Amino acid sequence: MSVYRILSTPSRRISVRVHLRASAVVAVLLAATAAVVLVAMGTGSAVPVGDVVRTLLGGGDAMSEMVVYELRAPRAALALLVGAALGAGGAIVQSLSRNPLGSPDVVGVNAGAAAGAVLVILVVGAPTPLGVAAGALACGLAAALAVYALSYTRGVQGTRLILVGVAVTAMLHSVIAYLLTRADLYESQGAKVWLVGSLAGAGWERVGPVAAATAVLLPAALVLGRSLGTMEMGDDAAGALGLRVERLRFALLLVAVALSGTAVSAAGPIAFVALAAPQLARRLTRAPGAGVAAASAAGALLLATADLAVQRLPTPGQLPVGVLTGGLGGLYLAWLLHREWRAGRS
Amino acid sequence: MRWTGLAVSFAALGVVAVLSITVGAQAIPLEEVWQQLWNPTGGESAAIVHDLRVPRTLLGLCVGTALGLAGALMQGLTRNPLADPGLLGVNSGASLAVVGSIVFFDVTDMRTWVWFSMAGAALAAAAVYALGATGRGAAGPARLVLAGAAVSAALLSAVEAMLTLDAGAFDRWRFWDVGALAGRDAAVVAEIAPFVAVGAVLALGLGRGLNAIALGEQAGQGLGVNLPRVRLGGAAAIMLLCGAATAAAGPIGFIGLMAPHAVRAFTGPDNRWVLAYSAVLAPALLLTADVVGRVVVRPGELESGIVTAFVGAPVLIYLLRRRAVRL
Repeated sequence: MSVYRILSTPSRRISVRVHLRASAVVAVLLAATAAVVLVAMGTGSAVPVGDVVRTLLGGGDAMSEMVVYELRAPRAALALLVGAALGAGGAIVQSLSRNPLGSPDVVGVNAGAAAGAVLVILVVGAPTPLGVAAGALACGLAAALAVYALSYTRGVQGTRLILVGVAVTAMLHSVIAYLLTRADLYESQGAKVWLVGSLAGAGWERVGPVAAATAVLLPAALVLGRSLGTMEMGDDAAGALGLRVERLRFALLLVAVALSGTAVSAAGPIAFVALAAPQLARRLTRAPGAGVAAASAAGALLLATADLAVQRLPTPGQLPVGVLTGGLGGLYLAWLLHREWRAGRS
Repeated sequence: MRWTGLAVSFAALGVVAVLSITVGAQAIPLEEVWQQLWNPTGGESAAIVHDLRVPRTLLGLCVGTALGLAGALMQGLTRNPLADPGLLGVNSGASLAVVGSIVFFDVTDMRTWVWFSMAGAALAAAAVYALGATGRGAAGPARLVLAGAAVSAALLSAVEAMLTLDAGAFDRWRFWDVGALAGRDAAVVAEIAPFVAVGAVLALGLGRGLNAIALGEQAGQGLGVNLPRVRLGGAAAIMLLCGAATAAAGPIGFIGLMAPHAVRAFTGPDNRWVLAYSAVLAPALLLTADVVGRVVVRPGELESGIVTAFVGAPVLIYLLRRRAVRL
């Protein structure tokens, strides 16, 4: 029995090869995400579930309309978009570097974006949110570009890409540490938020740019990502099968970096979603290749769930969601490694 | 030949140490520094030399030696030429313990931090080692690295959580996190020196064991070396060295990575020599970074952790691009 099915138009002009299990996984992940979003929108301290339903049906009072449409909905939307972008970007970079640790944060996007944001906040002074996001995006892209250029010697090798990323990240972290010690405590505290990603206080003005960027980049990632399975066979084999390896890799990396840069500029560097989502997707689908669709669905689910959790956890003050994803992601990775090693695989 | 090289390295370290005592924001001529060093006459320059520059130089020696040896040990133990103290989760364990001590016990003085930092480093190293040693076959090179990455991520998130909820702790943490030799008094040096000394002796004794590990699991056992004992001894030494260094100076990167690498160019792969050279050249490197940090942005200063990152990262990239490191 084949795990693939070919779907085509009656004239067989256009046809798509579909991995059955992967498609089912994407459907299940999307359903779970929808459930989480409903819980996040429907529950909370101020407005009870009944009022939310009434508001969604168009009969709520001004107060519940404000809470649902201006507070909860944009936050949930941002979580979905950022999670999907992180998952897709992570899947591409992990597949290109052929290393599960090769998420975009490793290639310098997160550190670059954080440094850019902190720089704008502390050096420019009195920044607008858009200015900070622009600084983050510009520096994130610049850092990733620098990493790619520095690891280029007659083509880019996966491991070297990661290691150069580690080096550049370390430099950027020392820039951040330096800036934090030179500013006064209040400013520095504000900039600190940019070191850990957070979705708190998201409004529609933060959602708009991300939605636009994702609408372009995610389809591009899905289309380009179909050749990742072949790329994973190695440069020589992929070249022999007719792929223009170097050009394709550059395009893929550009899309991946733009996706994670978008995510970071909207929500700050949220750790581990880009690492965990593709791993989760890969384990569920058991399909070759990066599984960009499944990874972005998994990313949206993970981030929406984590953001729901930080809103409901009884902590003194709300934690940024990046703290939770980082902590849980680290433990998840440790558990994953433990399980694989105990089973004797290495 | 290697002995001569070691003597030259000691001489270089001596020169850098003298520079570290001589160079600073306050220009004091060399003769006066020398005189104040041995026969202090009181006054401003005596205070600068004795209370600021000498402790700073001694701290640089201690921390540099510790980081160099720890880096060499890690690279030997994991058979990974790119291992460094951040890798086995040791620095993040120390960070978490120090921040925890600030938040929960309101500890402000360096001397108490040393103990917390060492305990944190030990717990993190133990967790990484336990995770890496799961299943049949002992902790292999790639496993320890992966385990370290996972544990670090979880620990650093806990640090972030505590810092987010406590502004006062954040204020103290940011000055520690940048990684600096300045502003620590002589008592701190006295506090960490014994730990560094014990760790250094332990580390220098492991050269033969590391050479056996370099040959691979089976060959090493065939040579009659007790590999688990070497790994455990190495982990203990790393804990002592990194815990002490990190508590005193904050997380300083790249010294532990660069020094053994640079050293291997002269010594070849024999770990006994790599350890010995690293112990001498790493503090020279750190003190150089510290002196450079004092000179480049006069009258201000760059913390040595920043200088090491800015020198170390390009060196690492150069190494990656040019040669050696087989990927």
